[in-house]
Order: sequence, then C-alpha cells, then structure tokens
Amino acid sequence: MKKATKDNLKRQGAGLLTASPFLLPSLAGMVIFSLLPLLISGMISLTDWNGLDKLTDPDFFQKHFIGLDNFRAILTSKEFWNALGNTAEYIVLYIPSMLAASLLVAYLLSRPRRGIGFFRVIYYIPVLTSWVAASLIWKSVLAPQYGALNGILGFFGIEGPGWLLDEHWAMPAIVLVSVWKDAGFFGLILLSGIVGINKTYYEAASIDGAGGWTKFLKITLPLLTPSIFYVLIVGMINSFQLFPQIMIMTGGGPNGATQVMVERIYNYGFRYYRMGYAAAFSWILFAIIMVFTAIQMKGQERWVHYDD
Amino acid sequence: MKIRKLFSLIAFVLALALVFSACGGAQTPAQTDPPQTQAQDTPTETEAPPAEAEPVTITYCNFNSSGGNEETLAKMVAAFEAEYPNIKIEVETIGYDDYFTQMQTRVAGGTAPDCYELNIENFAAYANKGLLAEITGVDVSGLNDTALNAFNVDGKQYGLPESFSNVVLIYNKDLFDQAGVDYPTDDWTQADLQNAAEKIRALGDDIYGIWQPITYNEFFKVVAQYGGALLNEDKTAFTINSPENLEAAQTLIDRVLVSNVQPNAVQQGGMGDWDMFMSGRLGMIPTGIWAFQTFTDGCDFAWDIAVEPGSTQKATHFFSNCVVMNPETEHPQEVATWLAWLASSTASADIRLEAGWDLPALKDLDALSSYLEITPPDNREAVFESLNYLVLPPVIEDYALMSDIITQKLAAAADGTITAQEALDQAQAECEAQIDLG
Repeated sequence: MKKATKDNLKRQGAGLLTASPFLLPSLAGMVIFSLLPLLISGMISLTDWNGLDKLTDPDFFQKHFIGLDNFRAILTSKEFWNALGNTAEYIVLYIPSMLAASLLVAYLLSRPRRGIGFFRVIYYIPVLTSWVAASLIWKSVLAPQYGALNGILGFFGIEGPGWLLDEHWAMPAIVLVSVWKDAGFFGLILLSGIVGINKTYYEAASIDGAGGWTKFLKITLPLLTPSIFYVLIVGMINSFQLFPQIMIMTGGGPNGATQVMVERIYNYGFRYYRMGYAAAFSWILFAIIMVFTAIQMKGQERWVHYDD
Repeated sequence: MKIRKLFSLIAFVLALALVFSACGGAQTPAQTDPPQTQAQDTPTETEAPPAEAEPVTITYCNFNSSGGNEETLAKMVAAFEAEYPNIKIEVETIGYDDYFTQMQTRVAGGTAPDCYELNIENFAAYANKGLLAEITGVDVSGLNDTALNAFNVDGKQYGLPESFSNVVLIYNKDLFDQAGVDYPTDDWTQADLQNAAEKIRALGDDIYGIWQPITYNEFFKVVAQYGGALLNEDKTAFTINSPENLEAAQTLIDRVLVSNVQPNAVQQGGMGDWDMFMSGRLGMIPTGIWAFQTFTDGCDFAWDIAVEPGSTQKATHFFSNCVVMNPETEHPQEVATWLAWLASSTASADIRLEAGWDLPALKDLDALSSYLEITPPDNREAVFESLNYLVLPPVIEDYALMSDIITQKLAAAADGTITAQEALDQAQAECEAQIDLG
C-alpha cells in the first residue's frame, strides 16, 4: 500500500512533464487571452492612452503615464455615481425577483408530471436565445402604444406606463426582461439542487404530518441554500456587468436613467477614444465586484447549510 | 522543482505569444509574386527589376460596401486594375457595427491597412491624432469643394470624399391635399412649415404634421438655420447656449410639447420614423435621400421632396465618407492613385450610380444626370439644390462625446423634464467640463 502511493507520486512528477504539452493549448489561451490583457489593462489604466496611438511605441509610458488621475476623475464624477446608483437599483429589483422566479421554475419542474421534458425545454429557451434578438423582441413588446404588454394590460383596463421611454419604468422594464431571460438558467441550477435532496427527509416529515408548504420551508429551502448561494453570487456578478440589454433597449436613456458601468466603459473606450479612462473604470468595476463577492462569501457561513 | 517547471512552462507560453504576435505584424501587404515568365526567363534580372513591371499590392478596408454593395466595389477594383495594371487592390470589407472598433485595434497595433474608409465623425479623431497621411500628387479638382474642405485640416488634405448623402424635406402629398395646404417649395421657412404642420395635425388624432428627431445630429443643422452654431468660429469655445441656438431648440421642442404637431415618445409608441411616414400618418419628414428606395416601395400614397425650410437662412445636412491613407504605407503614390480614382473618376462614379449605391461627391453634376431620371420623387433636383446650403458638422476631436451630451440634454427637454434653456445651459457646462478644445 505504502509503496503504491510512492510510485504514484513518482509517476505524478513524470506525469506533469508528459502532461505539459497537453495542457499547453488551454494554458496558452488563458495567458494570451486573460492574463496578459489583465496586466496590460492595469497598466493602461494609469495612462491617458486614446486607444489609437501605438502601444508598441518604446516611449509609450513616458508619453502617456498619468498615475492615478483616471481613478480620481472617475470617483469624483457624477456620472460614475449615477451609473453605480442605477446598477444598485437594478440589483435591488433583479436579485429578489430573479430568485423568486427561478425557485418557482425549479419547483414546478421538480413535480413529476407528463411531458416534463417539454416544459424544461420551454423554460430553458430564453436562456439559449441571444441577448440581441431577445432585446429587440422585448423592445417591441414593451412599446407603449402598440406593444403587446400594454395591449394586454389595456384589456384589463390598466393603462400601462411608457416602459423603456419612461425614466421611472425603464429600469424595472430591463429587470423584467432579465428575469425572463435568466429564470430558466438559474431555475435549472436550483432544480438540480432540489432533485439532490434526500427523499427520506420528506418521508419522515410526512409521517410527522407536515404539509407541502411546511416541507418546502423546513426541508427544501434550507437544503437548497448552497444552490441559492451560487445563484446569488453569479446573479450579482452578472448584474454588475449588465450591458447588452441596456445597449440595445435603451442605450442608457431615457435621460441617463439606465446608464450602467459597462455601458460607460464601452463608450469611453471605443466611441470617445479615452481608453485609459475606460481601463481605470473597468478596474473600479472589478474592485466593486470583488468586494461584494467577498462579503457574500463571508456571509454565507450564517445561512448556507451543507447537508453532509 | 515543480516551480521551476512551471516557470519554464510560462516562459515557453510567453515565447509562443511573441511568435504569434510577430506573425500578425509581419504580414507585409506588399508580397506579391513577380511576373512568372520574367522570373523564369531571366533569373539574374531579379537584382534590378524594372519598377513598373513589379505589381504593387495595397490593402483597402471599408464598411460602406458591406450589406449589398460588395460586388459593386469588386467591379470598381476590377476597372481600376485594368486601368493600372501595376497596382493590385486587396479589399477587406467589415460591417459597420464592428468597423470602428476593428480599425481602432489595428491602428493601435500597427497593422492598419494601406488605406481605408472613415466617416466624417471619426475622421477628426484620426486626423487630429496624427494617424493619417496627407494625400498629395493626385488630381482631385473634380471633387465638390465643400466635401473636399470637410476633410482638409490646416490646409492639408487628409481624406478624399468618396461619397455623399444629404437630407431633404419629404412630404406626403395626399395629406397636404386633404388639409388644403400648398405643397412645400424650395423657399419655405420654418414658419410655413409650422403652419402646414398644424393644419395636417388637425386632420385626425393619429395624424401628425412632422417628425424631426430632437437629437444632436438634427440640432447642429437647425441652429445653423437660425444663424447659430455649437462652436465659435475658430473652434476654441462652445457656444451651445447662445440665443440663436435657444430659439432653434425651443422651436423643435414646442412642436412636441406645445403645438404637438410632432408626436412625443409615447404617442409615437416605439414606431420607427420611416414606418410612421409610410403608414400615412406623417405630413413631413426631413430625412436622408437614402430613404427614396424604401419609400418608393413602401408608400401607397403620393410623395415628393423639397429643399429643407430654413429660418434666417437655409442650412442642409451633408454626410460624407472619406478614404484616407495610412502614413506607414510603403506605397504612398499608388495608394493616392487608387483613392483619387475611387473618389473622383467617371468610371468609378458610373459603376456607383448604376448600382444605385450612394452619390459620388463630384463637382460636375452632369455626371449624375442618370440619377435625376428616376422617380419618385418628381422634384429630384432638390437633392442637388440642397447642396447649395450645406453645413458641415462641427467636427472636433471629441465628436462622439459632444454629440452624446447634447443629445441627452435635448431628449430631457423634449420630454419636458427640463426647459430648453436648462438643456442648453447644462450641455454647455458639461461639454466645457469634459472636452478640451485645445
């Protein structure tokens, strides 16, 4: 037994050498497309580079280095705080409704019934749809006068708001579309969590006379917390990176009501030719996401139950 | 041990990355095979080949032919190569949506093509950053002066106008008849327009007099009609909140909020402006001549065009794409020859017109006579008549930023959140704070 372990270790050492050529493609991809750009963007964030002057210029840093000016300018700009506020509004609306919708989807799909495969596909279709196509369709659904949604509301005698054209309703409308798009994906993750719960708990609870709601509250929900935790983290990160739906449906309007960070980064980098500023902006975004993820990781001890 | 291996691995990967990037940079466009026969017959001659026998290949990037006119451009290239056998053009076409991010990356990475296309907004950014070469040694006298001037910076011709479009007032004749108003003429003013728009608006709840976007693009032209401008003469200061500009903004905004001859966003209900016109619910729409084909196909009523009305003076839009030269090209003379041919030769103009692409920016309008024969619109001469009143966009280095700021403020005023005065004051302050006019 001991000898076998030793042999294994030896073989592992030799194995790394043998494995390297096989690892190389993905490792090379990671270095070239993730690690290097990460380092370079960090350096660019300290410059006033316009995105057009040659990066290969040997005097690049002497010419363009401006220290932390970009960061100072961003953190003192009204625009940044507006974008951050809009992102916060999105998160406050999106996270609870997304969680509720995903739980509902997961719960419905976990009940054994005929044609369940069909329903799983139906709920998953929005996830597979491209954001561009989905945004364009929703844009017409949300059109105030001729859109389908206000048409349906009108049928019930409710006068629908201007949605994407209304400063107060634009962000809720974006949230609505995002929940529609994401519920299938997060629902599937929660579903796998529900399916993984040991059936004996439910049997025991039934014997003790617990009803459906009690079982959900006392068994399903607590044992689902690891999945919920994952959904929350991913949902939060996605929220900070909110972009395609905004870009296509509102372009940051009306009146800056849906301006968010990634939209600003894109405009500064590729339309206003202020790449250094955009790079600094994305590092600030990175820091914010990092902090929130860390808080969530720390906070999980209090409410996430791992069943072991 | 392990760590050392890891390091050597990383070093290897980095070396690999270098090789990759070197490959990318080393693709010199000038590599073409020398004429086969010559090379075989007299191999010794390779030391001093005759200059004209060696064809030169230049690379040309464009967005304008994508989505329908790739073949038209290919025809032009074939015609050019037949005329200049020593120059070969390698065309690369990129869709508009990706074009400018792609060009930005290539220019910064030192792999820009020998020559390429730019729109007027991006031209200034490139020219002011010293990324373009002056185009010299070719005859461009056939090109429209205003258009040429648009791409001239400090007396140097950094771009050649390759095509142009402009905006005219398109109107629904049937609605004018129903409202009993005379058709617009070329000497109409904004007051005449307002009067007609009100009568047409009275035809029905769902019928509007006019639709004119209240955005930067429209605004810089309308202020010119009121004798205003967004920048002072030498482009050293913003003049966004001048009294003339305020009058212009107020006129546009009142049409939505006061007389309501123009639908607000909710009344428009997410319908596109062209669709509204084609559905017969708009009396007038100032829009680009590129709408002609769509309107011909999509309108089941009579329509025609007129020169846009002015106020204290007339001012009309002018859009142009230009072709520019990369200062690092190894063949500046050949590139200039191709660009001048593309922009101003009759051969290229004929191919362009025959395909119904856009209009060449030529001085001599006779070359465009075939264009005038197509109807509707009957009054197609208005397209050329409009050229007499061209205003150029106030091109500055931070063009996109300025236009976004102004558009945002005007939109807030158009939905009644702030007044026109506040909108212009805020736009002025924000532009001053964020843009250094140098």
